[in-house]
Amino acid sequence: MEEQTLRDTVNRVIRPEQVHRDVYTSAEIFRLEMKHLFPNCWVYVGHESQTAKPGDYITAQIGDQPLLQVRHTDGEIKVLYNRCPHKGTKIVIDKAGNTGKFFRCPYHAWSFKTDGCLLAIPLKKGYEGTGLEGTEAAKGLAPVGAWHNYRGFIFARLAKDGIGFEEFFGEALSSLDNMVDRSPVGRLTVVGAPLRYMHRCNWKMLVENQTDTCHPMVAHESSAGTAVKIWETMEKPADAPKPPAMEIIAPFMSPYEFFENMGIRTWPNGHGHTGVHHSIHSDYSAVPGYYDAMVEAYGEERAQAILGENRHNTVYFPNIMIKGPIQQLRNFIPLGPDKTLVESWIFRLEGAPDELVARTAMYNRMINAPTSMVGHDDLEMYERAQEGLMADGLEWVNIQRLYEEGEDFSEEAVLNGTTERQMRNQFDAWKRFMIGGAA
Amino acid sequence: MSAERFIDFVYDEAWMLDQGRFAEWIELWEPDAVYWMPLNWNQQDPINETSLLYEDNFMLRLRVERLQGARTFSQKPKSRCHHVLNRPRVEELREDGAKIVTQCHYVETRLDEQMLLALTIRHDLKVVDGQIRIAGKRVDILNCDAAFGNIQLLP
Ligand code: FES
Ligand SMILES: [Fe+2]
Repeated sequence: MEEQTLRDTVNRVIRPEQVHRDVYTSAEIFRLEMKHLFPNCWVYVGHESQTAKPGDYITAQIGDQPLLQVRHTDGEIKVLYNRCPHKGTKIVIDKAGNTGKFFRCPYHAWSFKTDGCLLAIPLKKGYEGTGLEGTEAAKGLAPVGAWHNYRGFIFARLAKDGIGFEEFFGEALSSLDNMVDRSPVGRLTVVGAPLRYMHRCNWKMLVENQTDTCHPMVAHESSAGTAVKIWETMEKPADAPKPPAMEIIAPFMSPYEFFENMGIRTWPNGHGHTGVHHSIHSDYSAVPGYYDAMVEAYGEERAQAILGENRHNTVYFPNIMIKGPIQQLRNFIPLGPDKTLVESWIFRLEGAPDELVARTAMYNRMINAPTSMVGHDDLEMYERAQEGLMADGLEWVNIQRLYEEGEDFSEEAVLNGTTERQMRNQFDAWKRFMIGGAA
Repeated sequence: MSAERFIDFVYDEAWMLDQGRFAEWIELWEPDAVYWMPLNWNQQDPINETSLLYEDNFMLRLRVERLQGARTFSQKPKSRCHHVLNRPRVEELREDGAKIVTQCHYVETRLDEQMLLALTIRHDLKVVDGQIRIAGKRVDILNCDAAFGNIQLLP
């Protein structure tokens, strides 16, 4: 019965080339996303370098669920619900820390091994003969349904049963591979704290925008266009090197043809990326010593293949985006139908020169910070859209650019870079994973 | 130059920002000066980890120019700001410059939203041809690690 209602709701709001505004504005749909969509998908939790030593933990969340990622005494990473089985207290609340050999709840001091198992209860005789051992409390901190460490990136599925990790991501993992392969030793490390940027809009607007190639030259004219104008009118020697702002921000002003030709690839289950043939990251200047280190590690041919990949934004459904060429991950964390926290993380390529981290950090603050001009351009559009969608005169959001009848999202496809197929691909996956993930 | 002159400069700079005189404000800066706003409390390294801002003259010019742009939609309507300064403390006084630290409450507003930030501002000031110039500025936000919406003007 409830499943039928869910099916009806999902079918009502998704059409092949348009979606009902309720998917962005309705509290009920948001609730269903938290209850069904997020638990059925493989969602990013954290990076292994954040919990490098036994006892290291971070707090995280999938949908609205409080979680923790911890390195167990045996060296393995575990993903557990951050909830004391006694009376519900969060076991840890800081972003990161080390708990030693066990967790101890701050309320009544129940303690747990770092794999979640109940270790001890003070004054335990009070439970003798009460049948505690038969309750869920006696099992300790509950693990999530499943988790997987893919080359250092920890993903989890809350649901006990469901699609496997490899099946969910498939060929889309090639973007993560490329990001990790860019380290001569094949290892990334999280650098510093993430930018945290609050958006008063639905999380899906942010995810869609990652492959929206018809907005940069319009919405970012204020920042990228102005940068180009200042540079052109500035008095300077003919061979003056471009300032970093020009290298990073100016490509946003590239013309439509540039974005058309860069291509978009979609994979099954809602994943996809821009920048198949080239991208706004293609023309970054070379960092001395890096190429040599790569050739030494991989040989010339393989090194060129790795560095020749210039994928722009790769969306991993439902809610992260990575940029391989600049070692970045953005997490679009849903907090409400009209509230999304965006965390932007950067990584060091182990074995590569520091200049690469410097460029990555620069990109992050120039584009993703609450103080970033490019960020201001984007957020203004999301918030206007969130408010505009309340208009009752129109109910549908159009995602029809380069739509073809009978699109089959179970096939990988490479298309014109301005297609909105990736947005349609996301909604195809949304529809399926809302009702369990069945094909 | 006397300590008072440097202290006055810090007050005047804030006044200039509150009045939206950004084109004049940018002329206070030395060409190689950098405006740094760390992302972390006590952050030491502005380059190899993420900051909120670490901007050279080109970026600051871009920022100021953008605020006036015909297609700067996030500034239609415009933001306004307001600095309330504690008396600046002179940490170092030289013939040709000074280091000043100032506690400040900063308010930024646009449409129906208003935001309050508690700031510690460090000025590195330099005297060039008899004029005080900004050789560097570091602004630490008390809750720098919190999630913010847009901060569009210059705290
Ligand atoms: S709530 Fe955790 S021990 Fe009581
Ligand atoms: Fe954008």
